[in-house]
Amino acid sequence: MIQFLTQPWPWYFGGFMISIILFLLLWTGKSFGMSSNLRTLCSMMGAGKKVSFFDFDWKAQRWNLIVALGVVLGGFIASNYIVSTKSMDLSQNTVDQLLAMGIQDAGKSFAPEILFSNDAFTNPYVLLLLILGGFLVGFGARYSGGCTSGHAISGLSNIQLPSLIAVFGFFAGGLLINHFILPLLLKTLAI
Amino acid sequence: MKTVLFFTIGILFGIILYMSEVASWFRIYEMFQFDSFHMYGVIGTAVFLGVIIVFIVKKFKIKSILDSAPIAIPNKEKGWKRYLFGGIIFGSGWAISGACPGPMFSLLGAGFLPILIVIVSATLGTFFYGFIQHKLPH
Repeated sequence: MIQFLTQPWPWYFGGFMISIILFLLLWTGKSFGMSSNLRTLCSMMGAGKKVSFFDFDWKAQRWNLIVALGVVLGGFIASNYIVSTKSMDLSQNTVDQLLAMGIQDAGKSFAPEILFSNDAFTNPYVLLLLILGGFLVGFGARYSGGCTSGHAISGLSNIQLPSLIAVFGFFAGGLLINHFILPLLLKTLAI
Repeated sequence: MKTVLFFTIGILFGIILYMSEVASWFRIYEMFQFDSFHMYGVIGTAVFLGVIIVFIVKKFKIKSILDSAPIAIPNKEKGWKRYLFGGIIFGSGWAISGACPGPMFSLLGAGFLPILIVIVSATLGTFFYGFIQHKLPH
């Protein structure tokens, strides 16, 4: 049991646990959606004075910010006190492809060092990549009205056609970038 | 009390995102390459069980533990433009940063500090949406 929990979790257990989170949040009368926090942050910082989209009672969303803070602590606990291995059971094809594009730690670390080690802060090209990725995620999540948790998990669980369209969009955009743009970006990074 | 409850749910979610490797950039790359069933299995299982959970909550009119009011699960607004266009933009960012909004926070706790740049930038992206919202097709 302990060994099962400290190894990377298999997909069926991960999926099961996410559905528990969905249930717990429904049970408290809330809904599961993490990207709303970004809107709340904007509102907290006073964006509502300039843009009406942020002019709402952000304090009513305080519960979700607390969930997000918990997620930060959860990531800390999992990475420092639970997980017993650094290796990942990635597919060999992914490992080989990334290796060919100059990413050498696929399967050996949780996130690529080239993007997520502290060296990233001083590499303008990596910074640009992180800024671009984040900006599109934040913009797209609000435009579509939700992210993976709000649309893919909550929305599909409630059998919402709009969420299905959004998830279709997630994959259309993701596949396009992953197959045609990301290789160019990563190759430039490796030079 | 409520704060403790939500904080605990968050901690559990943060652990799940890390332990199931959903927060890993590599897993997102692999998913878009169709190289592994892992991510599809995680999301598929969550949605399969989620459909059952939502069905039960509605069918038996389960009440909230906090205020004893029947749990309301609102429908998404009708339409398709915002969902398709917004979705494509979101997916593009997901493929680059390898992190959606939940995993971003889990990664921050796990000590991958450059994710802060992604979080700040995603907040700016959200602000920019609010700023040009009325000019976009919805």
